[in-house]
Amino acid sequence: MADDNAQGRIPTVIADDVHIVYRVNGAGGGRGSATAALSRMVRRGKGEPRGVRKVHAVRGVSFTAYRGEAIGLIGTNGSGKSTLLRAIAGLLPTESGHVYTDGQPSLLGVNAALMSDLTGERNVVLGGLAMGMTQAEIRSRYQEIVDFSGINEKGDFITLPMRTYSSGMAARLRFSIAAAKNHDVLMIDEALATGDRKFRIRSEERIRELRKEAGTVFLVSHNNKSIRDTCDRALWLEKGELLMDGPTEEVLKAYERETGK
Amino acid sequence: MSDTTHDGGVALGTPPSADEGLDAAQLAAKYGLTVSGARPGLFAYMRQLWGRRHFILAFSRAKLTAQYSQAKLGQLWQVVTPLLNACVYYLIFGLILGTREGIPHDVFVPFLVTGVFVFTFTQSSVMAGVRSISGNLGLVRALHFPRASLPISFSLQQLQQLLFSMIVLVAVAVIFGSYPSLSWLLVIPALLLQFVFNTGLALVMARLGSKTPDLAQLMPFIMRTWMYASGVMFSIPVMLKDKPAWIADVLQYNPAAIYMDLVRFAMIDGYGSENLPDHVWAAGLGWAVLLGVVGFVYFWKAEERYGRG
Repeated sequence: MADDNAQGRIPTVIADDVHIVYRVNGAGGGRGSATAALSRMVRRGKGEPRGVRKVHAVRGVSFTAYRGEAIGLIGTNGSGKSTLLRAIAGLLPTESGHVYTDGQPSLLGVNAALMSDLTGERNVVLGGLAMGMTQAEIRSRYQEIVDFSGINEKGDFITLPMRTYSSGMAARLRFSIAAAKNHDVLMIDEALATGDRKFRIRSEERIRELRKEAGTVFLVSHNNKSIRDTCDRALWLEKGELLMDGPTEEVLKAYERETGK
Repeated sequence: MSDTTHDGGVALGTPPSADEGLDAAQLAAKYGLTVSGARPGLFAYMRQLWGRRHFILAFSRAKLTAQYSQAKLGQLWQVVTPLLNACVYYLIFGLILGTREGIPHDVFVPFLVTGVFVFTFTQSSVMAGVRSISGNLGLVRALHFPRASLPISFSLQQLQQLLFSMIVLVAVAVIFGSYPSLSWLLVIPALLLQFVFNTGLALVMARLGSKTPDLAQLMPFIMRTWMYASGVMFSIPVMLKDKPAWIADVLQYNPAAIYMDLVRFAMIDGYGSENLPDHVWAAGLGWAVLLGVVGFVYFWKAEERYGRG
């Protein structure tokens, strides 16, 4: 795969000095009382309202990803990995800087579209439609999705509302729906850690398949082993800054040295 | 470990290529990459939205079903809720306050029930619209779809809810002596116009609400004022006959009153055209087109900014 890169080297994702800022309402100065909010409104000065607190989650990240690469994102909790993925997917607007992409990158995840009050059956259809699959596609893959999730192994659970599922069952169904679609640029956020051992092996296999079909894969994980197994390049983020970018082994060694202390 | 920050190519140890020296924008242009999450043109946006029609419909029906799925009576509440609503209004305004001045009793009950249902349709579309983006940030931040799908889907959910209410309305009309006739068919264009109007308004509110979630707290008061001013439980011309004529005109031509009157005229035998303002269909069409177009364009203008934290 590295040889392909050296010759072809067609960029699929270019991040150019990306900054992302979250604005949080009602967190200003930690004073949450009504009088404090009122006085903030009255004394509001120029520029940013005082009731709004800014969180600078990603600070000036630049990199170029090429076709055929699998890139692991590592870093401690809250270092901006998931935020960066969302910006690449075009789901979070950047404060400054640009993200250029080839086609439409998609995040592997459909959780937000599913409704726990509906049956698994209807959620498969709803989730598929939310990801942009056509009705015909969903019909043809429906059985595949249900079989993959293994929901029906212990009885007819797919016709029960999702709120009756155990957390493991729900996670398996969510992953199965999300992984049913093929993508150009695919981003996976900790999806490997769902379900029991049997399901984990099955889902790792599916991810390898998806990777073959996708142009470029990004993977966020705290499991260094799964990064080593699937990625050939790694980005290390810390406090929103890109600390290191290089071959997986090199970056992981440095990361493990730093966090092992 | 620090000198590799800027160029992944160098870090990978690959030979320099012809792309060396190009900045990000030039490199992107060379390989035809586009800015992620950029806003499509208006017509491209409409096409995308049309492509998502199955999602919009499925989402609205899922929301409707999920609403009562924990209740013992289940979907029966779809009909019982509007019925109870109508009973409360009849008790307060029909029996206790007696606002039926100038309207015969067998007209007043269907008059009131129609008013409540038709206004609720607009009211709940607006309320759902305000929260449609701010209340679904998880969805907006996880998946790609034209964001207008959400407010449209919520308006569609309210339209389906209204169809359940119509069962109650038909029963009430028949009990009070208005029997099905050809004029009842006029309900269909009237409600379609109102649906377009509601959707436009929901789109406007969705954009406002995504920037200022506080609107969701404020809207109930605005909507209640609007309801009392629109003649839901009284006849505007009769109540305001001592006041200057322009006040009654303004109230009668407000969209909520227009759509209520159109449905009443279609369904209630004793509610003839003498109760309607002039050019009432033109007014209904005008409001629908105005809000539909303005709402859609206004919402689309901020498409790429929805989901900012």
